[in-house]
This record gives sequence, structure tokens and C-alpha cells, in this order.
Amino acid sequence: MSFGEFAVLQDISLSVGAGEIVGVLGPNGAGKTTYMNILTGALRPTTGTVHLLGEDVTKLDTAQRCHRGLAQTHQIPKPFSGMTVFENVLVAVNHGRSAPAHDPISVAWTVLEDTGLAHVANRPAETLGLLDRKRLELSRALGTNPKVLLLDEIGGGLTDAEGDALVDLIRSIHASGVTIVWVEHIMRLLLEGCSRLVCMAEGEVLADGDPHTVVNSQQVQVAYFGASA
Amino acid sequence: MTAHPGLIVTRGGRTARITIGVIIMAALLLAATPAVLGIGASGRAVALLVYILLAVMWNALAGFAGLVSIGQTLFFGMAAYTTIRFADAGLDPYLAILLSIALGALLGWIVSLFMLSLSGGEFAIGMWVLSSLAHLSVNLDPLIKGETGTSLISLNAYDIATRSALTLWLALAITLVVFVTLVALLRSKTGAAITAIRDDEIGARSIGVDVMRTKRVVFVLAATGTAAAGALWLASATNFQPRAFFGIQWTAYMLFMVLVGGLGRIEGAIIGAVLFFLIETYFGAFGAWYVIGLGLVAVLFALLLPKGLWGWIGPRLPGEAIPTGYLVEKSRS
Repeated sequence: MSFGEFAVLQDISLSVGAGEIVGVLGPNGAGKTTYMNILTGALRPTTGTVHLLGEDVTKLDTAQRCHRGLAQTHQIPKPFSGMTVFENVLVAVNHGRSAPAHDPISVAWTVLEDTGLAHVANRPAETLGLLDRKRLELSRALGTNPKVLLLDEIGGGLTDAEGDALVDLIRSIHASGVTIVWVEHIMRLLLEGCSRLVCMAEGEVLADGDPHTVVNSQQVQVAYFGASA
Repeated sequence: MTAHPGLIVTRGGRTARITIGVIIMAALLLAATPAVLGIGASGRAVALLVYILLAVMWNALAGFAGLVSIGQTLFFGMAAYTTIRFADAGLDPYLAILLSIALGALLGWIVSLFMLSLSGGEFAIGMWVLSSLAHLSVNLDPLIKGETGTSLISLNAYDIATRSALTLWLALAITLVVFVTLVALLRSKTGAAITAIRDDEIGARSIGVDVMRTKRVVFVLAATGTAAAGALWLASATNFQPRAFFGIQWTAYMLFMVLVGGLGRIEGAIIGAVLFFLIETYFGAFGAWYVIGLGLVAVLFALLLPKGLWGWIGPRLPGEAIPTGYLVEKSRS
């Protein structure tokens, strides 16, 4: 089953199947963020289409795509600073679902328990540290009950131990049945977290496949490390 | 709570109960003004309520929906004008006021259809242009005679004591209704969306918030409340000169009250309005120096208390004064 065909930038075409966890790797300027913005609906592609769960969503905006099961986390986590952690997630539960939750409050609480933020539920969201802010981004995304989750450089700025904690959380989200596309420039995290890796450079797909095979391929070595063999 | 098995949810505690008490006390005092302090004081009380309405509405628009409008005088002035028109057509002046408020809501909805696709400076200036257009059009009405203006003569059907008391009670009732509506809105699902948009519009979009619809709700409410303020101001002043209602000074007052009180907080808007009222009461007679003083106060606040008075007071209270949030914990069982 195909989740869609994403044609972006210079004839990029990428299909992600249900239940996959795909890493998208690339050096700065590779077009990762543009690609991400086209998938979420923040940008309209000049040509090409975006399909989600078999439906053409190219003309839909971000909120409409969210209702159809596409969630995202932002590169720089920006919690709703005037709200508590719990309220941040509650908004997502109340507004992000196509079918309203039967008991939004319990749903939001369960999400926080799953992401390990229940103990800070009543704290103002702006008081959270970086790792917890990223957990909150994930919690908000999960609150919308997504089928596909796009992660935009969620690993940036974390220590190794924090990165490991994040990978564990992302893997458990994936295990619960969410398809994940993870754009990242920290290779280690993608190698630990993903079952498939796509490497982008200068608006093109260089390699696509098993993470270790992709990373060790000649083109990726050249594009990413500047190494000439 | 049984609705959420295993969880205890609270919305508002002691601070909120005290706030409700304070508001009820203030409302009772204001309602008693005509009997206790007489006609002159009633007029001042209406002015206070009009300022509160204007500040709370401008704050809802700018502070919550992120829509900075410098042309809310469109609704303020038009409501006063339509009140004059309805009264001239033979309607009871108080009925004319209520009808003008409803018309203000309708005007707000119509304007929202095209103005909300603008943002930032374009929206702000666009609103001002609309207000100026309305001002010029009103000037063309032969009944208004340009800037000469006219009066809400039909108010004379009531003797002055009845009239001033009625106007005050109407102003009080409208302010309370608008206030309760706003608080109820902010406590609802839409309210959380409004707060989310205030904090991060892109983030709100990405979790499915319908930003346009949410902004429209706030815009129409702000138009309605501002229209109510305009009609009430007319009932209190009785005299309608277009410049006195469409003038840019009202925008400056709204800005002043909200920035000094604290943008994005209802409590702040109310405190800002009360402060503005006090400054006007004690220094309003100083003419140009009064305006300069207002400007200085605004600058001092911007420099020393950028989050306004409530930005300083709010965090020092043990709980939310006007609770819009949730506190959740696991029930011990």
C-alpha cells in the first residue's frame, strides 16, 4: 500500500508505506525544510502532488491535513506559552481530530502519560527545558490522533543521553502504529531510530534504502561528509 | 469527577471566587450610583463602563486574536450614527441602541469576510481606512449636517433622572453580558484555540485549529462590544458629532488602556480602563498637558512594565483571577 507520492523540488518522488519509519537525511541546504513544508501544507508546490492515505491533499491547508491524520513537530519547539502543558495537548485533542474525542481530558492526560510529561502537566509550558519541549511537541502531535507523523529536526540541540531518550519515545510512537517521516541532520539518531533512510542533497534524492547501506554509499559519503574516496 | 475516570479537574479556585465577589460588588456599587451620587456621577459611571468595554474588546482582538486594529472606531461611530438614525425614524432611543448593537454585530461579520484575509499592518491600516470611509459617508448625511452634528433628541421623552439611571443600568447590563460572553468563550474549546493562536499561530494551524473561523468569532464579538460602547457613549453624551466618535483619539485610548493594563489578559484590560478613567477624571482638565501626560505614562509602562500592570500582578496571585485554564491531577485511589 502506498501512502502517497511526494513530488518536490527537483523531481523528488518519495512514497512512504503504512507503518514505516523513514529518516530523511541531508546536509544544510539540501531542501529538507522546504520538502517538509510542502508535506505539511505550509508551502504549496509549484508542480506535483502530495497524497495522504490515498487522497490528494495538495490543495488542503495545514489544519485540513491535520484532520486527515497528518501531524508534525516543528524544528524549534514553540509551546503555547500562555498555557499549561496539559492545556497545550488539550487544544490538539479538541481541534486536531476529524471525529471529536469522547472524553478529551482523559485522552490528553493519557498522551502525557505516554510521553512522560504527566508529572509536569500543570506547569506553564514556557518553563519546560528543551527535551521536555520536544516531548510536548510530540504530545501535541499525538493529541491529534495522527496516522502519519512528520518530525522536523527534532533531535537538534540535545545531549547524547537526551537524544537516546527521544529515540526511545519515537520508536514507541512508531510501535503504536503511527507512520513516521523523520527529517534530521543528526545521522546517529536516524540510524538508531529508522528502518529506512533517504538521503537528500541539493534538492534530489541521492540514496534510499537500508539505513547503513545508504550511509555507507559513495554518493552519500561525498555529499554529506565532503569525503572523496 | 466521574466524567474523567481517575482524574481530578479543577477550573478556578479561591482567587477566582474572590474576583467574582469583587465584580459583583463593583456592579452593585455602579448600579446604585444614580441613587447615591446623583446624575453627574452616573454619567461618569457610564464613561467608566464604556472604557472597560472598549479596552476588553480591543484586548480580545489584539491580545488574543493578534488582530491589531486602529479602526475600531468604525463600529463605535457607526453604532452611534445608526442610533441617531433609528431614533430619528421614531424608534424609542433605548430600542435604537439595542438595534444598533445588533447592526454592529452584522457589520462586524460582513467586514470580517474580507478584512481577515489581511494581516499585520495591512489589517491595521485597512481598518482605519474603513473607519475613515464610514466617517466621511456619515458626514454626507443631511441629518448630520457634516461636522455640525445632531442630538439624540428623543431621549428628552425621559426626564433627566430617569434617563441617566436607565442609561447607566443599560451600560452595566451590556458590559456584564459582554464580559460573561467573553469569559465563557475563553473557557470553551474555541477559547483555548484563541489562546493558542495568540501564542503561536503556525503551531495552532498545525494541530488543526481553524484559524480563520476562530479569528472571525473574536472579530465579530469585538465589533459588537465596540458598537455597544459607541451607542452607550451617545446615550450619555446625547450629542453626535462625527469627529467625536470616529476620531483617532479613541484608538489611542484603547491602545493606552490595553498596553498599560497588560495585553492578552482580560484582567489587564479592565485595570487599564480603570486607570485611564482615574487619570482622565483627575487630569482631564489639563488639556494638551493631559494628553502629553498620557503619552508619558504609556512610554514609562512600555519601558518598565512591558507586560502591563497585570503582567506584574497576575503571577503574584495564588491562582487565576479569571480562570480560563485547567488544573489536572490523578485522583488518589
